[in-house]
Amino acid sequence: MSNIEDRVKKIIVEQLGVKEEEVKPEASFENDLGADSLDIVELVMALEEEFGTEIPDEEAEKLKTVQAAIDYVNNHAND
Amino acid sequence: MSELFKLTGQVALVTGASRGIGKAIAEQLVAQGVTVVGTATTTAGAEAISSYLGEHGVGVALDVTADESVASILAFIDETYGQLDILVNNAGITKDNLLMRMKEDDWDSVLDTNLKSVFRLSKGVLRGMMKRRHGRIINISSVVGTTGNPGQVNYCAAKAGVVGFTKSLAQEIAARGITVNCVAPGFIDTDMTKALTEDQKQAIFSNIPAARLGKPEEIAAAVVFLASPGAAYITGETIHVNGGMAMV
Repeated sequence: MSNIEDRVKKIIVEQLGVKEEEVKPEASFENDLGADSLDIVELVMALEEEFGTEIPDEEAEKLKTVQAAIDYVNNHAND
Repeated sequence: MSELFKLTGQVALVTGASRGIGKAIAEQLVAQGVTVVGTATTTAGAEAISSYLGEHGVGVALDVTADESVASILAFIDETYGQLDILVNNAGITKDNLLMRMKEDDWDSVLDTNLKSVFRLSKGVLRGMMKRRHGRIINISSVVGTTGNPGQVNYCAAKAGVVGFTKSLAQEIAARGITVNCVAPGFIDTDMTKALTEDQKQAIFSNIPAARLGKPEEIAAAVVFLASPGAAYITGETIHVNGGMAMV
């Protein structure tokens, strides 16, 4: 299995329909990757499923960039 | 043209399907080739559904006011069919009384069964529908949710609430290929309307231009239409099926 960073990036590419090279660590989902609020909800749901963890709303709100999502999963993933 | 109304191979969940409007909806969906999971509050009701559905679906006991019961039927559908295309929130009760005499329990139970159930079930099916980029949520409201009706402040509040819920959710998920609509029946020949008093019936009758009760199948026809591919661009809408009783 690939590492967490690659898996998170793959989900972002799939969910937001963006190119892999656009998914830079500092990229903002909303401002750089064109995600709206529903896209972000779907992204969070996909991360929850992929990593077998539940992301509380107050944490999900903080996941504004690619790096924030990778960091969150690194700290909380169950598998 | 025919593809516009083709529903073959789809799976539907219809709550309150043991009799009346829900049964007619389940039967008409089956007639279009849909596999139907119909629910009733009791095991006996669920068995009755299974027997009229035959090989086209199954009846399951469901308490729409209980989170765990809702979770369990959705898990069952996922395991058994692996998809859910159509949710028809039809289950409903009445606890009529003038507000002056209405008990808080009568308010709470009608709001829980008729309105909060729509929240529970819609939320439960959304994840799957969002992933598949396809879904139909059809809520059964009522003409009295628009017009009001003395003796039914609880029922009318719930049914009007369903319309507001429908419009909001429709806006949230329209971009994902999921539509959310209401069908608002008028005075339909079911056990629920049989429970009305003679005075109530006469008052309502005098206001129906069609001069007759509606048939449950006539509600089902509107539901089938909203479920069909041809209705993909209709969302947040309420179709009134009431013989001209109220035109809004």
